[in-house]
Amino acid sequence: MTAYFRSLAGRFFHRSETENDLEEELHSHIQLRVEALERSGLARAEAERRARLEFGSPERFKEECREAIAGNFIDVLFQDLRFSSRMLRKSPGFAAVVILTIALGIGATTAIFSVVDATLLRPLPYPKSEQLVSIQDNFQGVGAQDVGLSEPEWHDLQCSGIFESVSPTWFDENNLTGSSQPARVRLLIVAPNYFALLGMQPQLGRGFDPRDHSPGLIPEVVISDGLWKGAFGSDPNILSKSVRMDTDLYRIVGVMPAGFDAPGRTAEERNVEVWAATSFYGAPLSDHPPRNRRNLPTAIARLKSGLTIAAAQSRVDALVASLQKQFADDYPLQNAWTIRLVPLKERVVGNVRQSLVLLLGAVGLLLLIGCVNVANLLLARASARGREMAIRRALGAAQARLTRQLLTESLLLSLFGGIAGLAILFSAKDFLLRLVPENLPRLNEISISWSVLLFALIASVVSGVLFGLAPALQAGRLDLTHALKQEGRASTGSAERARTRRALVITEFALSLVLMITAGLLLRSFWDLLNVQLGFNPQSVISVRTRLPAPNDPGIDKYATAAQETPFVRELIRRCKMLSGVEEVAIGDTASIPLDESLRDLKLISEGQFLLTVEGRDVQSDQSTVVERSSVSPDYFHLLGIPLLRGRLFNESDTDNTPQVAVINQAMAQSLWPNEDSLGKRFKAAKADAPWITVVGVTANARTQSLAQADLPQIYLDLYQTGAKRLAIFLRGHLRTAAIADEVRKQVQSLDPTLPVSGAQTLDETVSASLAQRRFSMEMITLFALTALLLAGLGIYGVISYLVSERTHEIGVRLALGASRSNILRLVLGQGLGLAIVGAAVGLVCALIVSHLMASLLYGVRPTDPLTFASVVFLFLGVALLACYLPARRAIRVDPMIALRYE
Amino acid sequence: MGNEAELLPGTLDLLILKAVSLGPLHGYGVLLRIEQISGRALLIEQGALYPALFRLVRQGLLKASWGKSDNNRRAKFYELTSKGRKRLREETAGWNRLVAAIASALAAQPQEI
Repeated sequence: MTAYFRSLAGRFFHRSETENDLEEELHSHIQLRVEALERSGLARAEAERRARLEFGSPERFKEECREAIAGNFIDVLFQDLRFSSRMLRKSPGFAAVVILTIALGIGATTAIFSVVDATLLRPLPYPKSEQLVSIQDNFQGVGAQDVGLSEPEWHDLQCSGIFESVSPTWFDENNLTGSSQPARVRLLIVAPNYFALLGMQPQLGRGFDPRDHSPGLIPEVVISDGLWKGAFGSDPNILSKSVRMDTDLYRIVGVMPAGFDAPGRTAEERNVEVWAATSFYGAPLSDHPPRNRRNLPTAIARLKSGLTIAAAQSRVDALVASLQKQFADDYPLQNAWTIRLVPLKERVVGNVRQSLVLLLGAVGLLLLIGCVNVANLLLARASARGREMAIRRALGAAQARLTRQLLTESLLLSLFGGIAGLAILFSAKDFLLRLVPENLPRLNEISISWSVLLFALIASVVSGVLFGLAPALQAGRLDLTHALKQEGRASTGSAERARTRRALVITEFALSLVLMITAGLLLRSFWDLLNVQLGFNPQSVISVRTRLPAPNDPGIDKYATAAQETPFVRELIRRCKMLSGVEEVAIGDTASIPLDESLRDLKLISEGQFLLTVEGRDVQSDQSTVVERSSVSPDYFHLLGIPLLRGRLFNESDTDNTPQVAVINQAMAQSLWPNEDSLGKRFKAAKADAPWITVVGVTANARTQSLAQADLPQIYLDLYQTGAKRLAIFLRGHLRTAAIADEVRKQVQSLDPTLPVSGAQTLDETVSASLAQRRFSMEMITLFALTALLLAGLGIYGVISYLVSERTHEIGVRLALGASRSNILRLVLGQGLGLAIVGAAVGLVCALIVSHLMASLLYGVRPTDPLTFASVVFLFLGVALLACYLPARRAIRVDPMIALRYE
Repeated sequence: MGNEAELLPGTLDLLILKAVSLGPLHGYGVLLRIEQISGRALLIEQGALYPALFRLVRQGLLKASWGKSDNNRRAKFYELTSKGRKRLREETAGWNRLVAAIASALAAQPQEI
């Protein structure tokens, strides 16, 4: 094998032996013939002439011989390659421009592909991950998604025979004490079969015993590699250690390997630090809760082997139908309860699929535009090389051979471009990864893998063929006599070539327009979102989090009820108000942090959304009754600048002992009591033992849940009546984040040294983080679009310049015959604008199709937004006009005398 | 000159095999030998010999080796392989059958039908 490569290398770098032999053999034939003819009495010169005539074209026969030689394909290839690299060395500027264009195109495309490959294409990093599903319970009837499942339903699924195993997963936070600082850790409560279900082994120790069905929480935890290395300094004896979480003691039995992520939807849920196991019954969990207590937020499952998701889904549907019949009281028909099996990968990456596909499409378009540009350059060069091609044809080179030669040249260029692109990618890898939003799923799996390299190779070859084909084919169709007659003028085959070049420019314009409009729409969406009326004032507000422990034994819980918690909260507010620079303080649960997306699953169950029943309404009414709620202290509204419209806010008379009150927003008032006064109305959580809650005030709508939606119904409850474990402390004033976080930590821990303090962030940062993914797509696509615009401008400039130089003579004649300069200007500009307009028209049609496909990524603008379309088209025509004006100015400066003599 | 015949397509290979079967030859020698044995009646484009020779070598019908020619020049000599010898026999038989058939067809008289 090595010998083979050595001989290949030899053949590439040296004129091959066969080549020398061939030369010698043919030469000696002619010599022998000359001698024979001389002997027959001809003069030397005449004999040589006759011998050559009789022999025919040596170049042609050499070519035929080469093709006849075994293994010749590679020889010809190497010959082509040698010749190509010689040609490229002769025009380094041209080669550099082409290679750079392609390098940028391939580099960018490969970069985006590596992200798509890691997130969307590769299976999740668990064994046989195609068998893994996420279980999603929906109440379609009331528009509620992901409502969670109840403990009996979990058992039904386990015993259904559809699944290998099913494990509820319950994401939560917890207070880890015992190390230097109380720390907030991300905890995932799972069934004991969780690790077996995923097929993952800890790097140290063991997972949970899948057969352990003891009540309550199993007193064991598995920790993440990050926590082991961080909080425990990679302690080798970690397995003998115990940790205290929320005052309860757990033994560490395993450490998961580095890079193991839990399959969650948000970055928080993927970066689990501690896993605890339970069979979801027995204290501190409610003992065998009824079917309608949906206390398990979500679940994952592994299908029985050989079962497809579709087959499993139809069996689950049948199970749901029979359960609904059997327990009619627990499943009101208007809820339209369904269980949907979602591929686990979909749950992890589903949110980003559309954005990533859009990005890949955009960067692919950019590469295509780059190819069109290079094709244009090659065509221009082909005109200059027309004579060279004609001479080679005349000397006997076959048409196919010339085409092949030119194609080899293009492929060589694009491969160099690809290599350069990869080199850029490798060297800029770390920088580029920092641009990717941190909450992108499977971020740590992004790598330049074999499939990425293969993609780059294929992309290079395809682009080489794409941009090389038109010039190569045209070189083949050469009119010899015509070409040779043109005395070195660069206009061989000009009519057809010019036609192709015009077509290429039109294509380029159309493609760039599509990109520009896509970018324009995203930009407008983003702009609108940034400038949306928030309904609250995030400026100079910092939120800091803490969390009260929830011990397994409720008897020792210092904060079990709102009454027990209130003194702590009041005292904390009082102390924080005294910190320097602080003007206002309020406390709420984490659901009250505006636009915070980090704890989505948590909101589903314990805070945030809940199902409610309105007093005096039929339970069977089919009205949508899922509402966002948060618990806040009275000052919350003033601190955030949410105005009260009617009624009152919470006050000192609302306590644990008085009836529960609520403040609702206008959207909620309108949706529940459209034509009535909502003040004094009562509602309650849709649970048996929940208390009635009276509406005492109505506030204006604020976009605290979603930037994109103005009128989501919202309930605010009084923190002093409900209590909350996960607290957010809001501080308004001229504050520095890091300093104030330390100050708050001191105050919190002076009240209770076991409490962790974390997540200090300005509200502006929170708002901005909620836009991270949109910002990333928008920035990338705008970057691509601007590059595309530049390339298209250069493309049209090249073509018009070329046309002008072609027509210098004609323009001279026109001027000599009395045409005015403005006539000439109009002529040239008209030609360029014509191309631009056709290109824009084609592009508009394509853009309309694309913009409808991406409608769900837009906010505030319709996919056919006339302003975006019109302004992009005008920008385009402006660029085209500028690109044509430069060569046109040259045209009107033509001196007729010089132009005519120029021939 | 006027009575030379154009080669039928495909017959050059056969002529080369025949010429080489009479003893190893270099390229120019092949040309001379064909002229000699055909009585100078065939018109051969000289350069076309070489692609044909290369093709036959590649098919394994001829083998080539470098040696010294009569006048002490380095030259590449071609000789028949056993596969080539077999091919020559088959092609000769085939050619003879073809010629006989064409000849008898062309000699046909109206009364024989």
